[in-house]
Amino acid sequence: MSALRPCLRSTVPEWKNGEFPDSTAYEAGYLVHRNSGWRNRRPVIEPELCTGCLQCYLYCPDGTILKKDGKVSVDYDFCKGCGICAGICVHGAIRMEAERQ
Amino acid sequence: MIRPTARNITEDEYFFGHKACAGCGGSLAVRIALKVLGERAVAVLPAGCMSAVGFNFPQLCFANNAMISTFAGTASMMTGVEAGLRARGERDYQIVGFAGDGGTADIGIQALSGAIDRNDDMIYICYDNEAYMNTGTQKSSLTPFGASTTTTPVGGKIRGNVSGKKNMFEIVAAHGIPYAATANVGYIEDYMMKVRKASEIRGMKYIHVLAPCPTGWGIRPEEMIEYARMATDCGLWPLAEYDGGEFRLSRGMGDPSILRNYIKGQKRFRHLSDQDIGHIESMRDARWEKIGGSWKVPGRDRP
Ligand SMILES: Cc1ncc(C[n+]2csc(CCOP(=O)(O)OP(=O)(O)O)c2C)c(N)n1
Ligand code: SF4
Ligand code: SF4
Ligand code: SF4
Ligand SMILES: [Mg+2]
Repeated sequence: MSALRPCLRSTVPEWKNGEFPDSTAYEAGYLVHRNSGWRNRRPVIEPELCTGCLQCYLYCPDGTILKKDGKVSVDYDFCKGCGICAGICVHGAIRMEAERQ
Repeated sequence: MIRPTARNITEDEYFFGHKACAGCGGSLAVRIALKVLGERAVAVLPAGCMSAVGFNFPQLCFANNAMISTFAGTASMMTGVEAGLRARGERDYQIVGFAGDGGTADIGIQALSGAIDRNDDMIYICYDNEAYMNTGTQKSSLTPFGASTTTTPVGGKIRGNVSGKKNMFEIVAAHGIPYAATANVGYIEDYMMKVRKASEIRGMKYIHVLAPCPTGWGIRPEEMIEYARMATDCGLWPLAEYDGGEFRLSRGMGDPSILRNYIKGQKRFRHLSDQDIGHIESMRDARWEKIGGSWKVPGRDRP
């Protein structure tokens, strides 16, 4: 089951002049863009080295390490490439690679 | 209390897709606290980085109910939200505030003090990045001695901030609050435990979590956790709890000699002389002498 989290929407709310919502409240967890464009390096997980200790999962400021089959994977739509996960992993299971594009 | 771990906290993310700089300590403090508190947490955030990066309409990064307060009014808005939910007959909610060091120790201290006095049932979390970061790094009363900021610049006569960090933890404790703690995003399990503990105590709770800011401190994003840990290990940011009228140290000082590396590695401190660093060391030693004399220390029954 996918976890509850703010998720990308297919429609970006749009208002014409004078038609802004009548209060400043809006639906929680409404995302309209990814953060992947911020990244110039990406973390790459080496599944054979990963012990599933979940330290990277706890320390990622963006919540973009996902639990997967007792190990972890990366949500590349929102990872900013900060490299914290790679520094945290004492098993050397995460390496940072230059973002190709 | 069941100790929160990576395995038993929710997989849900409540602070996600935000626009904090890469490697931001404050965003980790908010994310993890909400994962410990869960969906029924109602968050109040004043002006500051965490509200600026979390609410960029239409990019709204909180999955739980969350709102922005005035800069000075975090704790008073929390009081209002709590009273409102209670009046509506709601149950099992947690009111949590996330305010910066400026929003807490400077402009918000009056509202915070009032809330502690009323003993409202809520958790106030100060994420301390040691300056007004959202407006470009001005000094707050939690900026440490010697730090260069735009309002405490380094020049011929002045070498950064001339005052020390206000002791918010003991100021809050002096109110006789039911629970207060210091924490550090670099020791995340300890922080999670303190958030959980706070959520199980009735009345007002205060957690002061050190949350390094790579942008304002002048460190690389990947170094954020390393520097967070060094701050505690070198003795500048002791981790402790105030509970039932008693101070208790959560862990001892690691290695006092790494204070120099901690200072020298950050751009905001790079101008400091050996004499300045010696001054920081002697302030730290005086603090620890007091701690040793009056707080409970792990592995020791009496102070
Ligand atoms: C009454 C008022 N004064 C000034 C500001 C401008 N302002 C917005 S955020 C901010 C800095 C907040 O610093 P801090 O509380 O430490 O949080 P940080 O940005 O570091 O996370 C300031 C001065 C404001 N929004 N309201
Ligand atoms: S820290 Fe390393 S070993 Fe642990 S879960 Fe993450 S990648 Fe796997
Ligand atoms: S690089 Fe940073 S943002 Fe990306 S997964 Fe690792 S810790 Fe999270
Ligand atoms: S300026 Fe500092 S506190 Fe603000 S979002 Fe960037 S890293 Fe976080
Ligand atoms: Mg600040």
